[in-house]
Amino acid sequence: MKNQNFPAILLSLCCLVFFCGIYTAAVWAVAQVAPNQGKGKIIFYGGNSQQYGFANIGQAFTVDKYFWSRPSAVNYNAAGSGGSNKGAGNPEYLLQVQARIDTFLLHNPAVKRDQIPTELVTASGSGLDPHLSPGAAHIQVERIAKIRGIPKERLNTLLHKYTHRPWFGVFGIETVNVLELNIALDQMK
Amino acid sequence: MNTEIISVILILLITLALAIPLGKYIARVYAGENTFMDVVFNPIEKLFYKVSRIDSAQQMNWKQHLVALLTINIVWFFLGMLVLMNQGWLPLNPDGNPSMSPDLAFNTTISFITNTNLQHYSGESALSYFGQLTLMFYQFVSAGAGMAVAAVLFSALRERTSDKLGNFYEYFLKSCTRILLPISFIVAVILVFSGTPMTFDGKDAITSLQGDTVQVSRGPAAAMIAIKQVGTNGGGYFGVNSAHPLENPDFITNAVETITIPLISIALVFALGYYLKRKKLAWMIFAVMTVGFLVCLIPTIYLEMNGNPAISRMGIDQAAGSMEGKEVRFGSAASALWAILTTCTSNGSINSMHDSLTPLSGMFTMLGMQINAFYGGKGVGLLNFYIFIIIAVFISGLMVGRTPEFLGKKIEVREMKIAMLVFLLHPFLILAGTAMSSYLIYVHPDYAWLNNPGYHGFSEMLYEYTSASANNGSGFEGLGDNTPWWNISCGIIMLLARFIPIIGPIAIAGILAEKKYIPESAGTLKADTATFGVMVLAVIAILVALSFFTALALGPIAEYFSIA
Repeated sequence: MKNQNFPAILLSLCCLVFFCGIYTAAVWAVAQVAPNQGKGKIIFYGGNSQQYGFANIGQAFTVDKYFWSRPSAVNYNAAGSGGSNKGAGNPEYLLQVQARIDTFLLHNPAVKRDQIPTELVTASGSGLDPHLSPGAAHIQVERIAKIRGIPKERLNTLLHKYTHRPWFGVFGIETVNVLELNIALDQMK
Repeated sequence: MNTEIISVILILLITLALAIPLGKYIARVYAGENTFMDVVFNPIEKLFYKVSRIDSAQQMNWKQHLVALLTINIVWFFLGMLVLMNQGWLPLNPDGNPSMSPDLAFNTTISFITNTNLQHYSGESALSYFGQLTLMFYQFVSAGAGMAVAAVLFSALRERTSDKLGNFYEYFLKSCTRILLPISFIVAVILVFSGTPMTFDGKDAITSLQGDTVQVSRGPAAAMIAIKQVGTNGGGYFGVNSAHPLENPDFITNAVETITIPLISIALVFALGYYLKRKKLAWMIFAVMTVGFLVCLIPTIYLEMNGNPAISRMGIDQAAGSMEGKEVRFGSAASALWAILTTCTSNGSINSMHDSLTPLSGMFTMLGMQINAFYGGKGVGLLNFYIFIIIAVFISGLMVGRTPEFLGKKIEVREMKIAMLVFLLHPFLILAGTAMSSYLIYVHPDYAWLNNPGYHGFSEMLYEYTSASANNGSGFEGLGDNTPWWNISCGIIMLLARFIPIIGPIAIAGILAEKKYIPESAGTLKADTATFGVMVLAVIAILVALSFFTALALGPIAEYFSIA
């Protein structure tokens, strides 16, 4: 049998150059015409170009004047990412969920327990989930209306405006980008 | 009907609609016929053969194929160790991430050359961009190597007597250039325009709207994410894989990434049919795989959409399903679909945290990997299925009292011995590994690698070895697995579980190819019938149930009853 070592090494080097070099360069070149040159879509908070966040990366919102985002195992620091990895029956975890429910009820006295959507008290997979369901934002409207002194109807209209709907009404799921919504909230007069 | 369910059905139908023409194309590539890609790739491949001193017209027998495969994998192993243990000072490291420890580099290298992509690290902090791109190289070539052995199988199953089974390098290179590369490029472009980063800039520091200072990891991610899906690799760019909002920004990218998980694996089944001109056989294999897949999928979607019963008892609104470890933009149904597809096909990428799946869903993901032949990994899924076919042919032969034959070749003692050894290896590696780790953690509770107590803790260890042995790469990620014990034991298991299930089926196919071809007669057991399909399914169900039921009863099933 002929020696296979040289073909193996040389073919590997060819592939290394081709797939790491040329393929990567081709995708990178395409990225130069993509949103923000492939550096991640950004979204400005106001007029100031120094203040921006990433549209797809969720942020921690814990104060009452903003729509809260979901709990996060990495506290929304996108230097890393991670979920809680808690099993469904883990007693320590269930106590944590119970505590989140109690905290939410305390800050939102008008909300009844059976109205709290499960995603508001469970951590996302990435720890950076930028979204809520429209329902999870809706039950926070009363609290925000009171603190900001904005009529509930206007907040509901805002929420309606920022709800992303499924393609053709069938393909996908309804979501609200919390950062987008809170930026719009800050800009309301 | 719920839009989540409609979306799942649409995704599956689109996958099938794409897989059939792709299968036809793959069959043409392996048969050496002209395709529309010739213009681009003929000159490139010629150049590669010339530089590498390869004569692509040289026909190899099955042993030469295996020598070529193993040799090139040894080269890849040393290259990987070299890069990962030195990436700290190598270029393209804007975040200053360190070089890997020897045991982590050992695990990671093996993980990527075996198409497993088990990751005992987080990409954001443990890899430089150079390291990431090197791993991306393995995502192409390990998938290409798997597809090349499937092409050897195709060649061996033809109606003739021969030991000439084509050229390994040609199958390998064509798989990478003509199949994996174009599909990956399309997916990468879709991702880039949806907001996935493709940049060599380092982390960005931002101030959140609320005033917190955080950092955002970036990098040349889109290129790698495309091939990790297309090549059933699964090793993500970011730590949480496709749950990360930069790795998988919205429902549409999720649909694209979901479709690409099983696409080539399904296409290979149809390619087999076109290549051998036995379309009915391909449909039989596809039907058996799909029935098995749906048996895992349907209950998982139901369970995840139904929510965690322990949280339901707290009296909150569980309409969204079990959302711990899931992303709102995908929802429960699409997350469940991904979980089952990624485990059935040996992909191992994730878009939700499998550790937080409800107990029985966790069991179905493990079952997918324990069977490892419902679509299965690139090329190797079909090889695993071939082993089940051989066993089913043998048992059917015994039942009707005839010499077992498959596609005109007699199956005798030697082939059966190989088939049984290959089958038994998988449960042996999984159960022995889990047993040893369970003992270690019992004697040394201070190792503290479990993230959850009780039955679920056992499931974390069972899942890890199942994933390693299935060359899958997903995990119950709560497990603290970056320790020498886990790195080395999983490394060895991945190595054995990659190459023995390639060597075995190729040996069987090679031996059969050299035997005399017996034309079909009235007494031949027909392999392309529904009856035989049921037989194969029964063989899979019985063998896998006998091997794994006890372990599953101790883990997910016990957990289910404890919280139901």
